[in-house]
Amino acid sequence: MTLLAVWLGKLTLLGLRLIGRRGNALPGLVVEKVFPRFLARAMARLPEGVVVVTGTNGKTTTTKMVATVLDEGLRVLTNDTGSNFVRGAITATIENASWSGRLPYDVAVFELDEAWAVRFVGLVAPRRCLLLNVMRDQLDRFGEIDTTAGLLGKVAAATTGHVVLNRDDERVAALAARTRAEVSYYGVSAELREMFPNDEELYGGPVHVSDLPATVELRTLPSPAHPAATLRIGGRDHDVLLRAEGPHNAQNACGAAALALSFGFDQARVLAGLAKVSPAFGRGQTFTVDGRRVVLQLVKNPAGFRQTLRTLDARTPEAVVIAINDDYADGRDVSWLWDVDFTALGPLPSRRYTAGTRAADMAVRLRYDEVDVDEIEVDLEKAVRSAVGAVQAGEHVVVFSTYTAMWALHAVLQRIGQAVQ
Amino acid sequence: MITLQLVHLYPREMNIYGDTGNVLVLRKRLQWRGLPVQVTPVSVGDPLPTDADILLGGGGQDAAQGEIGVDFAARGPELRAMADDGMVMFAICGSYQMLGHEFVTQEGRHIAGVGVLDVVTHGQSVRLIGNNHVDTPEAGRLVGYENHSGLTTLGAGARPLGTTQTGRGNNGQDGTEGAVRDNVIGTYLHGPALAKSPRFADDLLRRAYLRRGVDAALDPLDDALPDLAARTAVGRPR
Repeated sequence: MTLLAVWLGKLTLLGLRLIGRRGNALPGLVVEKVFPRFLARAMARLPEGVVVVTGTNGKTTTTKMVATVLDEGLRVLTNDTGSNFVRGAITATIENASWSGRLPYDVAVFELDEAWAVRFVGLVAPRRCLLLNVMRDQLDRFGEIDTTAGLLGKVAAATTGHVVLNRDDERVAALAARTRAEVSYYGVSAELREMFPNDEELYGGPVHVSDLPATVELRTLPSPAHPAATLRIGGRDHDVLLRAEGPHNAQNACGAAALALSFGFDQARVLAGLAKVSPAFGRGQTFTVDGRRVVLQLVKNPAGFRQTLRTLDARTPEAVVIAINDDYADGRDVSWLWDVDFTALGPLPSRRYTAGTRAADMAVRLRYDEVDVDEIEVDLEKAVRSAVGAVQAGEHVVVFSTYTAMWALHAVLQRIGQAVQ
Repeated sequence: MITLQLVHLYPREMNIYGDTGNVLVLRKRLQWRGLPVQVTPVSVGDPLPTDADILLGGGGQDAAQGEIGVDFAARGPELRAMADDGMVMFAICGSYQMLGHEFVTQEGRHIAGVGVLDVVTHGQSVRLIGNNHVDTPEAGRLVGYENHSGLTTLGAGARPLGTTQTGRGNNGQDGTEGAVRDNVIGTYLHGPALAKSPRFADDLLRRAYLRRGVDAALDPLDDALPDLAARTAVGRPR
């Protein structure tokens, strides 16, 4: 049956390619319907089982970190296409299985959307999981933050071996009580804690400093003077030069490191792996266009946007584009933009553009934070071309972009420029 | 010129839908005109400033609504007196519901409101979600986004803010959106609603000055941008 499933999936993939499509979901969807137990059977053959990475923010980049680090010693299967429903995991499995049905891997590392992670663990009990954070996101879909925390609780409960939790997110740290698996934590130092506010802390009051022990703790953030992040592992500080920028990615690296340590990886191997991780699709990915460097940054909720804005601390770009779409996948409600503080943009010398279906909304938002906008252009390509045309060769344009705008702009940038590897 | 005192109710607990933006919009629209303004956050246990001019409250998680419920209910007599005195209140979603008589949960539990607005809300399982706007007789169009599961019905002592054409409004049944009495306004419109409704925002300011005996001629601001954003929002799919 497994062989039949692999063939069915592979033929679907082939069919899609023949008509010029790159299917990340459909083959998985077809196999899921016809062979509902395929995934469980395939995963049962992996000697190190499955790692599930989930949470509101940082899933894709952290999954890439975990997969890259584990690749230092194991054969890793992962869904690096960003398709984070169960069908995405099935597609990745089928794509990487041989036509004879073999799956030549030691471990699978899957990024799963919070709701789909629950469906996934109903099919396959993960050996390990890494739970990142619970933030306000897509309230029209998930309802409330507490509901999302409940979803992650089910993932923790289903995990059989080891659960890695972010000690600095109180809702996530509390999930230790929901699992019988071994638990370890990662976190940031008390000094850095206020750099990572949760949704409640954003509106005043003291930040919660956890006294839980962290297997991996972020000690210092990258800065222009000291571009490496410092991670404390086993009482010793290690510098690591991360290619994925921003404080949030330094924090995610700690989670990925803690997870890798649970495999018995030594520190040197973990650090070597982390240094190899390049930015994931549309998450800090850099392109060159006419000699200008264009950085594409996905933003999809207040906490994520706040953290991604901090990548500007390390280097001021000559132009900033904020592209806000309101399609279903972006969330139709754009009110979350009012929970992001843009005042830091005001004093920057950068030119400012807003783009996307809600370009005008974004411009209003910036105006109330006293940030002048140079150009409002609904058309995404025109906006980016305009920004690129306004800066000199060698200069930087940073594009903050909601989900569908990011996909559209990724295609545009690949067409008019080149991805930097 | 007198200093307008804006009170932001429960900023930490009732903030998940961007309604905090309403506070920013009013503050900036005063500051851009050189008019003095003060913003006071009021959380659980904090006293309400007695010289408050405008009270602003937003939507929160159901759990947060439970946490602040007792605190809010205890402020009932004070809030009713303030409303009778013509204080301006602009309450969104959860705060709107709590300004009513009560919230009856799906399980039949009665959570007392403060009775400032003659409305009652019944919880149910389906959320009413989508872009929405309402044309008000007093201050033009209010443009925002609704996302609630409570169904609110108005009593004789409150009139609707307006009739919704495209949204679900108070209860998805009678086409009404929001509730008004004196200078108290409740609505389900997040957005934040005042960001794309500049004339409505200024009308709240005007009411607050009038209550203090000042017939303020507010200097016009360039509102081409929020007007454009409002037209865009109204034209988008629900």
